[in-house]
Amino acid sequence: MSSTETNHIIQVKDLTKQFGTFTAVDHITFEVERGEIFGFLGANGAGKTTAMRMLCGLSYPTSGSGTVAGFDVVKEGEKIKRHIGYMSQRFSLYDDLTVMENMELFGGIYGVKRRELKKRATTLLQKLKFIEERDTMVKALPLGWKQKLAFAVATLHSPEIVFLDEPTGGVDPITRRQFWEMIYHAASQGTTIFVTTHYMDEAEYCNRISMMVDGKIKALDTPANLKKSYNAASIDEVFRTLARDAQRGD
Amino acid sequence: MDTSTLAIEVKGISKSYGTVKALDKVSLDVRRGEIFGLIGPDGAGKTTLFKILVTLLNADEGTATVDGLDIVKDYRTIRSRVGYMPGKFSLYPDLTIEENMEFFATLFGVTVEQNYDLVAPIYKQIEPFKKRRAGRLSGGMKQKLALSCALIHKPSVLFLDEPTTGVDAVSRSEFWDMLHNLREQGLSILASTPYMDEASRCDRIALCNTGRVLDIDSPQHMVEKFDGRIYGIKSHNMYDLLKELRDNRCISSCYTAGEYHHLLAGAGFDLGDLKQRLIAKGHSDVEIKSIVPNIEDIFIKLLSNEQY
Amino acid sequence: MRGFLKFIKKETLHILRDSRTMLIALLMPVVQILLFGFAISTELNNVNVAVVVPKWDEQIRQSVNKLSSNPYITYKGAIAEHEIDQNLRSGKVDAIVVFAHDFDRLMTQWKQSGNGKAAMQFIMDASNTNTAQAGAGYLNNILAGELMQSNSLVETHMLFNPQMKSAFNFVPGIMGMIFILICAMLTSVAIVREKETGTMDVLLVSPVRPLTIILAKMTPYFILSCINLTTILLLARFVLGIPMSGNLSSIIVVSLVYLLLSLSLGLLISTIAKQQIVALLISAAVMIMPIVMLSGMMFPVENMPAVLKPVSAIVPARWYIDAMRKLLIQGASFGLILKDFLILVGMTLALLAIALKNFKDKLE
Repeated sequence: MSSTETNHIIQVKDLTKQFGTFTAVDHITFEVERGEIFGFLGANGAGKTTAMRMLCGLSYPTSGSGTVAGFDVVKEGEKIKRHIGYMSQRFSLYDDLTVMENMELFGGIYGVKRRELKKRATTLLQKLKFIEERDTMVKALPLGWKQKLAFAVATLHSPEIVFLDEPTGGVDPITRRQFWEMIYHAASQGTTIFVTTHYMDEAEYCNRISMMVDGKIKALDTPANLKKSYNAASIDEVFRTLARDAQRGD
Repeated sequence: MDTSTLAIEVKGISKSYGTVKALDKVSLDVRRGEIFGLIGPDGAGKTTLFKILVTLLNADEGTATVDGLDIVKDYRTIRSRVGYMPGKFSLYPDLTIEENMEFFATLFGVTVEQNYDLVAPIYKQIEPFKKRRAGRLSGGMKQKLALSCALIHKPSVLFLDEPTTGVDAVSRSEFWDMLHNLREQGLSILASTPYMDEASRCDRIALCNTGRVLDIDSPQHMVEKFDGRIYGIKSHNMYDLLKELRDNRCISSCYTAGEYHHLLAGAGFDLGDLKQRLIAKGHSDVEIKSIVPNIEDIFIKLLSNEQY
Repeated sequence: MRGFLKFIKKETLHILRDSRTMLIALLMPVVQILLFGFAISTELNNVNVAVVVPKWDEQIRQSVNKLSSNPYITYKGAIAEHEIDQNLRSGKVDAIVVFAHDFDRLMTQWKQSGNGKAAMQFIMDASNTNTAQAGAGYLNNILAGELMQSNSLVETHMLFNPQMKSAFNFVPGIMGMIFILICAMLTSVAIVREKETGTMDVLLVSPVRPLTIILAKMTPYFILSCINLTTILLLARFVLGIPMSGNLSSIIVVSLVYLLLSLSLGLLISTIAKQQIVALLISAAVMIMPIVMLSGMMFPVENMPAVLKPVSAIVPARWYIDAMRKLLIQGASFGLILKDFLILVGMTLALLAIALKNFKDKLE
């Protein structure tokens, strides 16, 4: 498998998704390296979500090719799903299950063995200082905790890559940072992170970022290089320069 | 203080949902003709306070006035004087831009033509698409339409609950420009936002978290009165750097803040010394600079003092 | 007033633009009426009959003629005795008439003395007991009718619905259900939708009185229901041929009261439910089920267990359906449905009062 050989966990070429006459994602080509924190940025309606769905094996591309974690995005969507972690702001955990029940459920879904699951869940909860909350209903937790817990659950089966869809929306600044430290930690252990965000300071935490405008990737580089080439003081400025030309909204 | 100079006056408002305290003795004033920002994350109680002030909810305790009127006794009068834009853009997706506008005008017994001048700077931007249904508009356009609808009856006080959430950075910035134009026309505006960087666009702000107000002031004054020295620091390996700094006793706190980590100097902090130590530990490209704190730094400090 | 009209215009636009729902709302009565009127009927329209004849004679030929000329019977010909089982099993025939070898003699004896031995045998496919019984009844009437009647103790006359057409029975039931569906379910969903999208907040934070909001919401659905009422009555009269012997204005007045009642019920639901799906579920579970089960639409109230009878009394549809049956089919005068009418009026007032009291101009 080429991706393992080349050290690229994501490799896509001319990936395209059309809905009728509307081209949501328009021939995007890029690679993500193993162990990297990759920021996937874009204006509203730029096609981020659609692209991410294709990468997670949730939607078939209209044309183009690619691999994620060594599996073909066109033919092996099911396998991709089993080998990645996914967390979104909208859905993460079941509110009416306890912390531990959620962990058992999702670990089970991803085929983590029962005994192994107990061990990993306990370690994770200890690390998060959550262990006393193991029998608390998720709905009773503050939003920031839920998000941290959701990330822990998404990485419970030790996936090679985790997709995070706006994981920190609406979270307070301290928790938001704690969340990013979890991401840093996971990345330092070799997990690849693929993340979307609306907070431009968070883009700075990424090793590389791509910026999508109107279905195309308009820029892809390290934050420092992007600022240099757009002669901008911040990523926010780079983003504004690129997004200003956007033709479509969501 | 003479109440007539206040657009909104909130005194000790509390509100609970079951056992959850959404608002805990909140007090604040919004002066006439100012943009007041309610800044805080989800769960800070922003929406609850809005709903109480626009008379949709009753507070458990405390009193408040809007435009000089009591929110309990005079709620009917208040309803005709305020403009309210709830968190989700509350428009009818199956009605066109034009139909939405006309309907909301009718609601307040006015016509679009009557107050066209006030909404014109905003409405003109979306008017070319007036036959398009609201459900098919982009986030930025929906936001403009929702604001136009909230303004069409020429309210004296404008309540905007998270008007920039879910809208991209460009539209957000444009939106604040529009609010500044409205302020010039004499409107008093109370707006909430989870984005700390929008604080600088307000005349005064209240930082709030879990139902409590942490501080109220102008953004500039908050920065000026910040107690402590704050530095930005970066190196080639940001995560290791962070762990390193956490272990340093001369640093009272350290956290990520984009390109640089921010650190709050503690007792015995010495810049040159720190740099030497880091280089000795194998960090390269170390850069440390003194910085002016931003609202997020202030917020983090206030929060750490409280609970963390 | 100008504001109110604009309000109604807006509500009408909502309905018109949701073309799928509107189509369902307008077509549902038509489809249901046609379905119950033609496809689903409890009467048996067609019995496939074969005969086994050991020896043909004039008497048997006459009997077979009676069979084949009857509109409810399809005569499938004569078969041999050993073919009986196979014919029934394969479903080719529903019933087989086996004539006795001395049929002629036995019949004559019956006619003379009024008793004797069996002259024929009906073999029925009783996998559906209802159709088997009805089929046997038909055959009995056709082949032994004259004998039976001359000696019968009981003489039965089917009044009002002489052909016992089941559609007659269903039309009032369908009316009882459709109006609840459209007025209560669609209205409550429409109101709750505004809560869900947050537009209700904006409506409340305006000088407009809640009552105005509510009345404006109801008006288009009321009109839609009036259209449906017209459709149903026209279909019932001209397609199903229901006599409508009662006074048309009484039918309309009672129906209008029922429409108002349904609207009030919808309003009440909307004050309880916060999500559209909840409104739908309440409508389905709390209204549709009891209407079908307890209103007498499907199962006669008289046959209900004693516990359920009082429950059925609080189902509004029960009284409406009862009134409609009397008016549409029996041609009763208004005086005879006065009790139904008064109960409906009372229920409407009560529901409307509770609903309006429940409807707050604040969120809690």
